[in-house]
Amino acid sequence: MADTSFDVVVIGGGPGGYVAAIRAAQLGMKTAVVEREHLGGICLNWGCIPTKALLRCSEINHLLHHLDQFGFSAKGITFDITKVVERSRKVAAQLSSGVGYLMKKNKITVFDGTALLAGKGKVKVTGKTDADLTAKHIIIASGARARSLPGLEPDGKLVWTYKEAMIPKEMPKSLLVIGSGAIGIEFASFYRNLGAEVTVVEVLDRILPVEDEEISSFARKSFEKQGMKIYTSATVKKLAKGANDVTATVESQGKSFEVKADRVVLAVGIVGNVENLGLEGTKVKVEKTHIVVDQWLATGEPGVYAIGDVVGPPWLAHKAMHEGVICVEHIAGLKTAHPLNVQNVPGCTYCMPQVASVGLTEKAAKAAGREVRVGHFPYIGNGKAIALGEPEGMVKTVFDAKTGELLGAHMIGAEVTELIQGYAIARTLESTEQELIQTIFPHPTLSEMMHEAVLEAYKRALHI
Amino acid sequence: MPIQVLMPALSPTMTEGSLAKWHKKEGDTIKAGDILAEIETDKATMEFEAVDEGTLGRILVPEGTKGVLVNQPIAVILGEGEKISDIKAPAAPPARSATTESPAARPMTPAPAPSAPKPAPAAVIAGAAAARPIFAPAPASAPRPAPPSRGPAFARRVFVSPLARRLAEKSNIDLSCLAGSGPHGRIVKADVEAAMVRGPAASAEPTYPKAKIVAEAGNIPFTEVPHTNMRRVIAKRMTESMSHVPHFFLTVDCEIDALLKARADLADTKSLKLSVNDFVIRAAALALKQYPAANASYSDEAILRWSQVDIAVAAALEDGLITPIVKNADRKSVAAISAEMKDLGLRARAGKLKLAEFQGGTFSLSNLGMFGIREFTAVINPPQACILAGGVGEKRAVVKHDQIAIATVMSCTLACDHRVLDGAMGSQWLQIFKKLIEEPAALLV
Repeated sequence: MADTSFDVVVIGGGPGGYVAAIRAAQLGMKTAVVEREHLGGICLNWGCIPTKALLRCSEINHLLHHLDQFGFSAKGITFDITKVVERSRKVAAQLSSGVGYLMKKNKITVFDGTALLAGKGKVKVTGKTDADLTAKHIIIASGARARSLPGLEPDGKLVWTYKEAMIPKEMPKSLLVIGSGAIGIEFASFYRNLGAEVTVVEVLDRILPVEDEEISSFARKSFEKQGMKIYTSATVKKLAKGANDVTATVESQGKSFEVKADRVVLAVGIVGNVENLGLEGTKVKVEKTHIVVDQWLATGEPGVYAIGDVVGPPWLAHKAMHEGVICVEHIAGLKTAHPLNVQNVPGCTYCMPQVASVGLTEKAAKAAGREVRVGHFPYIGNGKAIALGEPEGMVKTVFDAKTGELLGAHMIGAEVTELIQGYAIARTLESTEQELIQTIFPHPTLSEMMHEAVLEAYKRALHI
Repeated sequence: MPIQVLMPALSPTMTEGSLAKWHKKEGDTIKAGDILAEIETDKATMEFEAVDEGTLGRILVPEGTKGVLVNQPIAVILGEGEKISDIKAPAAPPARSATTESPAARPMTPAPAPSAPKPAPAAVIAGAAAARPIFAPAPASAPRPAPPSRGPAFARRVFVSPLARRLAEKSNIDLSCLAGSGPHGRIVKADVEAAMVRGPAASAEPTYPKAKIVAEAGNIPFTEVPHTNMRRVIAKRMTESMSHVPHFFLTVDCEIDALLKARADLADTKSLKLSVNDFVIRAAALALKQYPAANASYSDEAILRWSQVDIAVAAALEDGLITPIVKNADRKSVAAISAEMKDLGLRARAGKLKLAEFQGGTFSLSNLGMFGIREFTAVINPPQACILAGGVGEKRAVVKHDQIAIATVMSCTLACDHRVLDGAMGSQWLQIFKKLIEEPAALLV
């Protein structure tokens, strides 16, 4: 019988949970993780990682159809969607077992089952394993799931959530994506690049609504050029299911029209997994499906903490991991523990072209009363981008005109998800425009555009 | 490329200064070593020499400008064949910025060592402690600090994020007053913002607004004497010393008839004109050598006992005071000390002391005997632990062998930093000092 008394018990083995557990183990705490399905959580099994594997395939497909640009020719290019999905699953499985290895390596006990708070310092595990655990500290990292709206409930066959959308048995000829956040847009991009007719319906007035307005409009133009149909300020009123297709009634600016598609992907938001945790009767407070925590991720109940998607947006794995570390370091009394600054959490969308950002949008900065200096630089002005055959994209910087603080950076184009960390570091180090201007960016790289976008904000851009 | 001349840092603590006078005007030819301008620092007025050659293209900071920040461009020197039109609009240099955008603004002209300060007519009289920055004298065994020409390198490094530094500059927050909450105590934006909320009262020393002072005085008529940099530094340093250094004072009467006789003999036999103060310097130095606990400084980690005896002697100037230093005074004869003091005094009055000649010191001496002051207490000059205040040597009635006798007596008061010395320790030092003064043979070997 396994030991059942721990310093820290983490509920949920997703990126937030397993990272919190590793950090706790590093700090000498006796740690356990309770996971009801797969180690690695949604991110690793049904989110970030498998979708990246899929998007890689769609990028390759795109490239193969544009080989002539590079002086190649190829005929009869086809793909097998089952193999594409198989690869994605393999990638997920490989990484999930990698997390299992990390748990062993750090001597973290993993309980396969569902966890329930069972009184002060107690966690009841049921399922594959039944156990009554005691814990000095309990960290809830139960994650979140797709939101469904009345009349727009997924059925797993014709109306999908992200989960079905990443394991299609056959390639739909047409797809309706409801919601244009990161998840919706990634699926729209994936299916479009594999040849499906894709329609996106967004209730707000622009796609990727959390991004800077200029990025939203740049992305929209790109997607439309690729043949995507996009309706903004539009709502899906009704889904009428046929034998192997769905007819959606869409309403936009007083007009009503129908969109017919083989499949529908619902990406209309996220709700926290706050049910069946035994929160009832505790002082843990839940607001709008999310657990309320303080800056150290402590809930209202002493000894109970919550991190990651279940505590609210941004619903991002790296934010969850960071919160896990902060929470555990604070429990350990580490002086270096530092609360999360949400403005420093970068966001990435792996559509084509990619979108990445950190900090405030221009509009949000102005709304916050900041006087701003804005810089832009287009991919077309960058040597490496041209050489790569990726001339589409731009980098935008937003500075506080008075202090030179980098308030935000917004990028769209090839590999921007790999570039944004440069601006994230600048923000963490509290750089002003001077440090960024004085930094030497290697030539020729896409990163030079990050330099130029800073220079441009100060009317000093060199290559435009 | 036209060369920007930057405001030099003429002392370790100098962050800004006044541009007292331009010696060159626009269009003048400049050779390396030419005196460009006079800069008034917190200590003295110093001449600023050119390092580069060319023509003085433009003066960016007119003379009489106060509060010019170190590294701020003050002029532009044109090289051969360059014209004024080559200068890229640095006409309005940033008010508070050590870096500028133009590549020409790189400090390619390291600030030259201060050479000859402005003549400052003043009688050498003694004063309280001197207007010098907190600057621990280096022990003899350790290498001396870098030459003063590289002012900024002296300054204690403040770890601060670039953004926090800029916010502090913009809101006049003194970074040295802030505790950093960032990694390794780095001052970050949040710390400066918190200080801004607290307001200047919390982050700085108490203030004395003129209106309030005038009102408190009952609105009587007055004339204003503008602060010189030296006055500001005296105000700051003496306030700091009296606020933070726990002073106590010990007074001892020294009979100096034997000393006066020795002095007269030396005048007769060797035509040496020695002052009583020269003997006092020598006696203090030897006493420090014998009792090194008084030749020390307090630090957070430990008491630092200096292996070198450098005596700072307060000298009054017309608009302040300065403390020329007799270095290694324990290894110098009274005659040598006397000669050195004459030279230092002359050059102090002329305002021509070099930085190293009045900065540092391990012990201070102040004398107001020439004003007939019988005894007084002086303010310790941190980081030193002691200052000796000498009074007038005068004939007094003393009791000797139950008889009233006449003796020439000088009262000396030692101010001690109680963190470094306790009462018994200061007293022991004074005993040694008194013995040396009263039996001056030891001073003459």
